[in-house]
Amino acid sequence: MLAKRIIPCLDVKDGRVVKGISFVNLRDAGDPVECAKAYSNAGADELVFLDITATIEARKTIIDLASRVAKEVFIPYTIGGGISSLDDARAILEAGAEKISINTAAVRNERLITDISKAFGNQAVIVAIDALRRENGWEVFISAGTEPTGLDVIKWAKKVEKLGAGEILLTSIDADGHQTGYDIELTAAVCDAVSIPVIASGGAGSPEDIYRVLTEGKADAALAASIFHYGKYTIGQVKEYLHKKGVCVRK
Amino acid sequence: MIAIVDYGLGNLKSILYALERLGQEAIITSSREEILSADGIILPGVGAFRRGMENLNKTNLTAVLKESVKADKPILGICLGMQLLFTRSSEHGRSNGLNIIPGRVEKFGAGLKVPHMGWNQIHKTRPSSLLAGIPEGAFFYFAHSYYPIPADAGVSVGVSEYGGQFASAVEVGRVFATQFHPERSGNLGLHVLENFCKICRKS
Repeated sequence: MLAKRIIPCLDVKDGRVVKGISFVNLRDAGDPVECAKAYSNAGADELVFLDITATIEARKTIIDLASRVAKEVFIPYTIGGGISSLDDARAILEAGAEKISINTAAVRNERLITDISKAFGNQAVIVAIDALRRENGWEVFISAGTEPTGLDVIKWAKKVEKLGAGEILLTSIDADGHQTGYDIELTAAVCDAVSIPVIASGGAGSPEDIYRVLTEGKADAALAASIFHYGKYTIGQVKEYLHKKGVCVRK
Repeated sequence: MIAIVDYGLGNLKSILYALERLGQEAIITSSREEILSADGIILPGVGAFRRGMENLNKTNLTAVLKESVKADKPILGICLGMQLLFTRSSEHGRSNGLNIIPGRVEKFGAGLKVPHMGWNQIHKTRPSSLLAGIPEGAFFYFAHSYYPIPADAGVSVGVSEYGGQFASAVEVGRVFATQFHPERSGNLGLHVLENFCKICRKS
C-alpha cells in the first residue's frame, strides 16, 4: 500500500538551516547536510530544502548543497527557492536532487512548468502554492508570501496540473508558523480539485494535526518544520501515532 | 566496474553516489566500449518512454544493450529504464521498446493520483537474487505514471498495489529491473543495489 509521507522542511539561508514564523523572525538551526542525514536516519520519507535567500550570488551555494546532500542521503529531496529558469532547474536536478519546487517563477512564467516537466518528467516538478484565506476561497501569494496575485488557489492548482506539475506543495500562509494545525478545508479543496499528489504545509503543531490533514484534509504528504527542528516530536513518534490510527506509513 | 548508461534522461548522479557509497566502482557513460567492457549495466531513466527510445536509438545504444544482454552481462533497469526493456508502451500513442522482456507498458487508470509517487510496499512473489535479504512488505520509493505488464507474469519477483497489482521488480536470467528507485529508497534500496553489484562481481 502507498504510504502517506512525512516531509521535514529545511529552510536554508547562507548555507544554514533556519525556520521563519509566518515567513519572518529567522532562527539558526544547523548544517543542512547534517540535518538531512539525521532526518533520513530518523525515518523521514523525503526532504525539502527551501532556499529563502536565493539571490543570483547564492545559486552556486544551493547547487553545492544539492550535490553534497546527494552524496550523503539516499532518500528523495526537493530544492526550491529562487529557481526561475530551465537552466536553474537543470543545474539542481543534475547535481542530484530528485525534484525542484517553483513558486513565484511559475506564476510569472507558466511555460516554465511545462519546460521543466518536458525536460525532466513531471515527477521532478513541484509547484509550490502559498495560499491566503479570502472571503470566497483562497488567493495565491508569491515572493515568499508578500505579493498578492489575484489568482484563485483552486483554479491555479488545476492549471499547474495541466501545465505539467507532478505535485503541489500547498502552504497556508494563515496557518504557517503558528503550530495550531493545518488549514484542513484548503487542503481538502485542492486535493479534490486535482489528481496529482498534494503535500500539505503550514501549521503542524502535533501528531494529531498531521493525522487530520492526511485524513480529513486528504493530503498525500505532510510537510513540517518547527515541530521536528526543535525536538517537540520525533518523526518516529508521529509515524507511530499515525500507524495506531490506521494510516499507512513507512516504518 | 558498473556502467551507468547516459542517454540524456535521468538522474544519473544519485545512482553513481549510491554505488560509490557501496564501494562499487562505477562510471556514467554512453561509450559502447565502456559499456561492453563493464561487469554490469544500469539503465536508469525518468521521463517519457518515446524520448528515451529515441535517444537510445540515436546514440546506437539500443544495439549495445541488446548485444550485452546476448552476452549474458547483468543489466538492471530502473524506473523508465525498466519500462524500456519491454516490447512497447502506450505512452504517446504507441512506442516500441527494447523488447528484451516481452510485455507492454500502460498508464495507471483513471481515478488514481498520477504520478504514483512515494513509498509503496514490495510483495515478493518468488525467490530472487535481486531482492535477497529484503523483508516481505518492505517500502521502496516510486515516482511514475506508467507501469509494466510482463507477457509472462512469472518474470515478476516483486509486485506492488496501486489500483490493482503491478510488477514492481522483475528478473529474467541476468536481466533485472525495478519500477522503484533503489537509489532513493534508503538502506533497503542500497541493499538491492548491493545485491546487483554482487551478481555483477560473480560474472
